[in-house]
Amino acid sequence: MKPTDIADPAYFHKVVDCQWACPAHTPVPEYIRLISEKRYTDAYMINWNSNVFPGILGRTCDRPCEPACRRVRVEEKPVAICRLKRVAADYKSDIKDRLPLIPKQKNGKHIALIGAGPASLTVARDLMPLGYEITLFEKDKVGGGAMRTQIPRFRLPKEVLEEELHYILDMGINCRFGEEITSMKSLLAEGFDAIFVGTGAPLGKTLDMPGYQAAKANIHTGIEWLASVAFEHVTQIGKNVIVLGGGNTAMDCCRTSKRLGGEQVSVVVRSGFDEMKASPWEIEDAMAEDIPILNFHVPKRYVVEGGRLVAMEFEKVRKEIGENGRRQLVPTGEDLVAIPCDDVLCAIGQENSFPWIERDIGIEFDQWELPRLDKNTFQSTHAKVFFGGDAALGPDNIITAVAHGHDAAVSIHLACNQQDVKIRPAPLTSLDSQKMGIHQWSYHNNISNDVRYAVPHASKELTLNDINMEVELGFDEQLAYKETLRCLNCDVQTVFTDKLCIECDACVDICPTDCITFTQNGDEDDLRTRLLAPAPDVTQDIYVSGALMTGRIMAKNEDLCLHCGLCAERCPTAAWDMRKYLFNTAKAVHACQK
Amino acid sequence: MSYISKPKFKHPLLKTNDLGLTRRDYEGSLTTLCGGCGHDSISAAIIQAAAEMSLEPHRVAKISGIGCSSKIPAYFLSKAHGFNSVHGRMPSVATGANIANKELYYVGISGDGDSASIGLGQFCHIVRRRINMLYIVANNGTYGLTKGQLSATADLGSKTKSGEESLYDAIDLATLAIELGASFVARSFSGDKKQLVPLLQAGLKHKGFAFIDIISPCVTFNNTDASTHGYKNTWDNYVALSAIDYVPMRKEISTSYAPGKVKEIKLHDGSAIHLHKTSDDYDPYDKENALHHINAYKKQGKIATGLLYINQTTSDLHEIQDTFDKPFNSLGNIELCPGNAALTNINDTFR
Repeated sequence: MKPTDIADPAYFHKVVDCQWACPAHTPVPEYIRLISEKRYTDAYMINWNSNVFPGILGRTCDRPCEPACRRVRVEEKPVAICRLKRVAADYKSDIKDRLPLIPKQKNGKHIALIGAGPASLTVARDLMPLGYEITLFEKDKVGGGAMRTQIPRFRLPKEVLEEELHYILDMGINCRFGEEITSMKSLLAEGFDAIFVGTGAPLGKTLDMPGYQAAKANIHTGIEWLASVAFEHVTQIGKNVIVLGGGNTAMDCCRTSKRLGGEQVSVVVRSGFDEMKASPWEIEDAMAEDIPILNFHVPKRYVVEGGRLVAMEFEKVRKEIGENGRRQLVPTGEDLVAIPCDDVLCAIGQENSFPWIERDIGIEFDQWELPRLDKNTFQSTHAKVFFGGDAALGPDNIITAVAHGHDAAVSIHLACNQQDVKIRPAPLTSLDSQKMGIHQWSYHNNISNDVRYAVPHASKELTLNDINMEVELGFDEQLAYKETLRCLNCDVQTVFTDKLCIECDACVDICPTDCITFTQNGDEDDLRTRLLAPAPDVTQDIYVSGALMTGRIMAKNEDLCLHCGLCAERCPTAAWDMRKYLFNTAKAVHACQK
Repeated sequence: MSYISKPKFKHPLLKTNDLGLTRRDYEGSLTTLCGGCGHDSISAAIIQAAAEMSLEPHRVAKISGIGCSSKIPAYFLSKAHGFNSVHGRMPSVATGANIANKELYYVGISGDGDSASIGLGQFCHIVRRRINMLYIVANNGTYGLTKGQLSATADLGSKTKSGEESLYDAIDLATLAIELGASFVARSFSGDKKQLVPLLQAGLKHKGFAFIDIISPCVTFNNTDASTHGYKNTWDNYVALSAIDYVPMRKEISTSYAPGKVKEIKLHDGSAIHLHKTSDDYDPYDKENALHHINAYKKQGKIATGLLYINQTTSDLHEIQDTFDKPFNSLGNIELCPGNAALTNINDTFR
């Protein structure tokens, strides 16, 4: 193998698995360290710059970072990254003086944002400090998008939502709430310099089966029903409720039902429990509220008596692997199961819908009715129109919408400055030694063996009776501190200088996870078989040095490195050093710089 | 010295041995030696050797003298027996322990100061008495613990970090051991575990006195280019007279070698050594031949390594003395203290 090019910004970024997995590439270990030092406000601002909604995401994020956490490779559970983010939000002090200054003198460019959800708000956050004039259109009377309409208040309190919305809305955005855009053509005619579409995936699917027409009044689509609850148009539901679907929306529907008068609330899914799309922690929370989840039940019909929905019938199935290797659901042959119900909530998926975008104005759509986009720039086939969030690539999550917003803001800034949107600004990186003394580092390298701390919950008796009462109480400062110490500081990189190495094996002997091998060079497939310990995961790089005194090379498997720094502590010649790698994606403010 | 302890987390695919233990289970406490000390690699090699052989840690006794080298029993096999004894007197303690219990594996750890200076007399006698043990000298040619004076194994002309030059020829403990009747003599290098680990395994299984002289650079006081015991000089000048593989008992021999090149040496417990000679006229069974080769390389400034000499026909101390088979700790009061009548009987035999 060729010596590893550690100057490539992606190389060490990949080693910080949590940050690499985060769509917005939030510098996770950096803010966790700040929390451990009680520098909550600093930790919050790192998040705010990167993911815009730390308090909201600290409660609701899909946490792609956590399965990526290196900790799960050496023990059971990842660091509670998401809930530590909330700690930064909960314990921070006033941040108003840290928010970017908004120039009074505008730059003469006017941008329209459609939909006041996370994607649009991110675009606004990035462009307002650059002097853009921004008009934000929203069909509802308040902003927030899915963060307001889809996430129940017992998971995301109103104050937290409002606080983080207003950091952006108060930048001087021209908000036109309650105003639904019905024609892109006429909006384009208003002469905006760019238009950003962040309208989400607003169309809930419903399940049309025998009995549907008669029972229609009591069959609701999950996302619409949740929105009605959020706006307090709906304040109650029947005693027996069936929620169809196994995603996060289903979990929110069933838990909301429990709080609006539902006594017997069941979640029913077609396939197996372990195939459910909902996040494991959301399933756990629903089950903790005594909501049964019935799997392998395929809906057959709505049972209507006296013109009213009284039950649903399901066919029991089992999973089989067919001849083509595909999973099939095969009826067990048992009698149909009838489950009594007064209301049914369909949480079986949602779709994009752009009836308001005319098809003859240069914005092309693909066969799934999604706009044709450049996935790096989020520019549509119309040079002035950009998409982001669920509206761009289909239903996903808040953090993905934020990441789209940042990228689209860069594109809009480039486009408004007559620059090529395809030439992206480079990320901002630094790599600095953490050495303080012979065996002292400026980070906590003494690995904690503690298992993951659970976030305390308020008692069920209280929370089930108050739809606005937050269930999770959040970590207190002591628990948070202990949890921060579980972080392995994967951003503090092991940097190897081959010309200093005397091949004494001290690093090999001390490494707790057998990451380091000195051996003859070879191609990667061959080298992986000759390492001290197996390195089967090819997505995890091997760090290879140049030739050493004996002609051998140093090969380090990045996969299991605990970043404890013992290799560097034992190295007599400082050939190993622990250096902190900070990586930040370039935002609009970094584009168009000469 | 590192202030943190070594993390408990280990590689999830780390091999377990026949006892269900991984290499990590054979570790000791965290080293307090200088980073880069060859002795730490010796500890690591012993850990690897013991884990691969599925040695039961409690069947091992580690005995050492005084010096940097003699600290290392603390850094491996924390579940084994240990005795950190007096400077240069490890051989006496090892002999006593070996007499009292012949069922343990004895690993003596010493250094060039401990064995070639203050303890040279003891060293000679333990070799002569053929104690069944593995005697390791971590040889760095310097007194590291007292800040780097030249030791008795420093080669003529070798210089320490402070520039002091050795005016005398070195004592070569390996050739001395061959002369004095050791039945397994090897030399190796802390930096080359591929060579060292099988030597340690074979040495542990060899019945009789096994001696390994390990060049183990003192990274702090004797690792200059002018030192013959530094990393660079050793990497540049060590030559393997032979290479060995240790083949545990019951393990099928799967590697195939060119005929005539490899000799299988059966050890008394059924395990074996596969010995690959690097030159045709070298004979590890012949004392004079082995000494000749070692000295010939020495003249060229080279260090002969590998298994240098082996003799499986000599008896060990227990056979010579026809000692009692059972460990003393398994005997009862009557057997250990047979009383006045028995003493009288013994005394009578001398009258």
